[in-house]
Amino acid sequence: MVDVSEELIRGLKKKAVTLRKHIIRMTHNAQSGHPGGSMSACDIVTALYFQVLRVDPKKPQWPDRDRFVLSKGHACPVWYAALAERGFFPVDELMTFRKINSRLQGHPELGTTPGVENAAGAEGQGLSFSVGLSLAARMDHKAWRVYCILGDGEQDVGQTWEAAMAASKYGLDNLTAFIDRNGIQQEGRTEDIMPLEPLAEKWEAFNWHVLTIDGHDFRQILAAIDEAHRTKGRPTAVIARTVKGKGVSFMENKIKYHGAATSDDELKLALAELDAQEAAV
Amino acid sequence: MTSGPWKMESQRTYFGKALIELGRRNPDVVVVGADTTESIKTIDFGKAFPDRLFQLGIAEPNMISVAAGLAAAGKIAFAATYSVFGSGHTYNVIRQNVAYTNLNVKIFCSHAGLTVGPDGATHQINEDIALMRGIPRMTVLVPADGPETAKCVDAAAAMKGPVYCRFSRTNVPTVTSTEDDFAIGRARVVRDGSDVTLIGCGLMVARCLEAADRLDRDGVEARVINLSTVKPLDVATIDRAARETGGIVTAEEHTIVHGIGSAIATAIAANHPVPMGFVGVQDVFGESGEAEELLRKYGLTAEKIVDAARDVMKRRGRTR
Repeated sequence: MVDVSEELIRGLKKKAVTLRKHIIRMTHNAQSGHPGGSMSACDIVTALYFQVLRVDPKKPQWPDRDRFVLSKGHACPVWYAALAERGFFPVDELMTFRKINSRLQGHPELGTTPGVENAAGAEGQGLSFSVGLSLAARMDHKAWRVYCILGDGEQDVGQTWEAAMAASKYGLDNLTAFIDRNGIQQEGRTEDIMPLEPLAEKWEAFNWHVLTIDGHDFRQILAAIDEAHRTKGRPTAVIARTVKGKGVSFMENKIKYHGAATSDDELKLALAELDAQEAAV
Repeated sequence: MTSGPWKMESQRTYFGKALIELGRRNPDVVVVGADTTESIKTIDFGKAFPDRLFQLGIAEPNMISVAAGLAAAGKIAFAATYSVFGSGHTYNVIRQNVAYTNLNVKIFCSHAGLTVGPDGATHQINEDIALMRGIPRMTVLVPADGPETAKCVDAAAAMKGPVYCRFSRTNVPTVTSTEDDFAIGRARVVRDGSDVTLIGCGLMVARCLEAADRLDRDGVEARVINLSTVKPLDVATIDRAARETGGIVTAEEHTIVHGIGSAIATAIAANHPVPMGFVGVQDVFGESGEAEELLRKYGLTAEKIVDAARDVMKRRGRTR
C-alpha cells in the first residue's frame, strides 16, 4: 500500500462530494444526462485529477501531460466537474451542460472543451484510442501515462476486447484501464443484459495485470495506480467495484438514474445529503 | 489527351512506395494495419521502419481508433486495408474517433468497387464514397491511377484533418503522369471539349477518355474531367463545364446512390442545371468474376458513357 496521509484522503473525499454536487446540479439543470454512472466513477476521477495526473490547466495542450480518456462518454458530467474544479474552465460554465452553444456537449467533444482528450458516446472506442496514445508515448520515449475509464456496459462491445488484445500484444505498461463495475447499464443489471462474470479472469486471459478494488476507497484507488506504475511489460486493468448513483441514497443502485435527471424535490434531497457528507468529512 | 495505349499499373505499388518515401521525410508518419499489410503493400513500410507499423489483426474498428489515438498524440497515422473493412465495417468509429475529432488520420483503402473480382460481392464495396462523403470534415479522394495515388499520399499527409482515399485492387491504366500537378480539391480537365462533359473518378477516367475518342470520331468534342477529389468538390470547374458544354455524364465504379454523380448533380442543380447521365453501379450488389468481365456486365464501359453522352445531348436538343 502507498503511504497516504489522513489529510490527503480527507481532501479527496471533500472534492468528490463537490464533484457529486456539480453532477446533480448539471443534470438537473439540463433535465437530461447520466448522473448514475458519473457518480459511480466520481472517486476514481477525483483521485486522478486531484492527486495523480500531471496536467496543467493553464496549458491544456502541454505535450508531456498525462492523458485521461473517458471511454464511457455518457459519464462526462463527472469529467467536466473535475476539469472545472481543477481550473480548466470556470465552474459557472458547468450550468451550460447540454444547452445550446455550450462547450460542454452531452457527450465529450475533442477540441471544444479545455482538458477533454477524446470524443466518446458511441461505446467501446476509448480503450483503442488509449492504445494509440500509449503507443505514441512509447515511440517518443515519453514518460507520460494514459488512464482510461471504461463502463462495465462497454464490456459488451467487441472493440473493447480488440483493444485489450492490442494493448497486451504491445505490452503497454504505460496504460491503466479502470472498469467502473457498477453492475448496471441502460436497460438493467449487466448480468441480466449480458453476463460479464468472471470479468477479472477475462482480462487476465487477455494477458493484463488485473486488480480488483473498492472503487470508492481512495486508499485502494491510489494503491492500484501505484501498483500499475510499478507493473512492467503489461497494461493494468483495475476492476473497480462501484455503486451506480453513489453518494445519494435514493439514487444508489437504481437503474432509472443511468439516464435520468433528478426532479426539483429530488434535487433538494440529494444536495442536502451531499451537504451532510461534506460536513462529516 | 487521347486514350491509350496505357501502361497497366498497380495503385497499391505506388501507394506502398510513396508511403516509404514519406516516412523517410517525416518521422511522425506511422501506419496501422489489419492483417492485409502484405496485400496492400504497407508491409514494406514496416520493413523500412519496424517500430512505425502496427499490425492490429482482423480488428478494423480498433485499428481506426488506435490510429486516432496516435494522431491525437501528434502522429500522422495512415490506416490502410481493404475498402469494405476500412470504410464499411468501421463507419461509426471513423465518424466519432476520426472526423468528429478532426484528427490526422489518413484512411487509404485498396480493393474498392467491383474490380476486386473473384472474391465477390462481400468484398466489392460500391458504397464507400457515399459513406465517407456524408461525414462532416472528411476529405474524400479517388485517384485515377498509380501516380495519382502516390500524390494523394503526400497531399493527405500535408493537410490537416481526416482523409479517406480509395483505389483498386486490379491494375489500372496509367492516364496521368508523375509531372502533372495535383492538389486536393481541384478537378483536372484532362481533355478539352465544348459539346458535352464526361466526369470520371478512379479507373473510370480512362474509360471517359476512351469514350471521348469515340465521340470525336462522330465530331462530338467531349470535355473530360478527372475528379480525383470527391470532397471538397471543385464546384467552379464543374459549374464551368455545365455552362460551357451544356450536359454532363458522370462515371464511377461505385453505386450511383450518393456517389460522384449525386455530388455533381447537387452542385449543378444549385448553380446551372443541365441534363445529366449517370454511369455507375445501379443500386445492386456485384458478384464473382474477373475485373474486366464485371465492369462490362455492370455497364461500366466506354460504350455506356458514349450512350449516356448522346442521350444527354439529345435531351438538350443537340446532337453535336
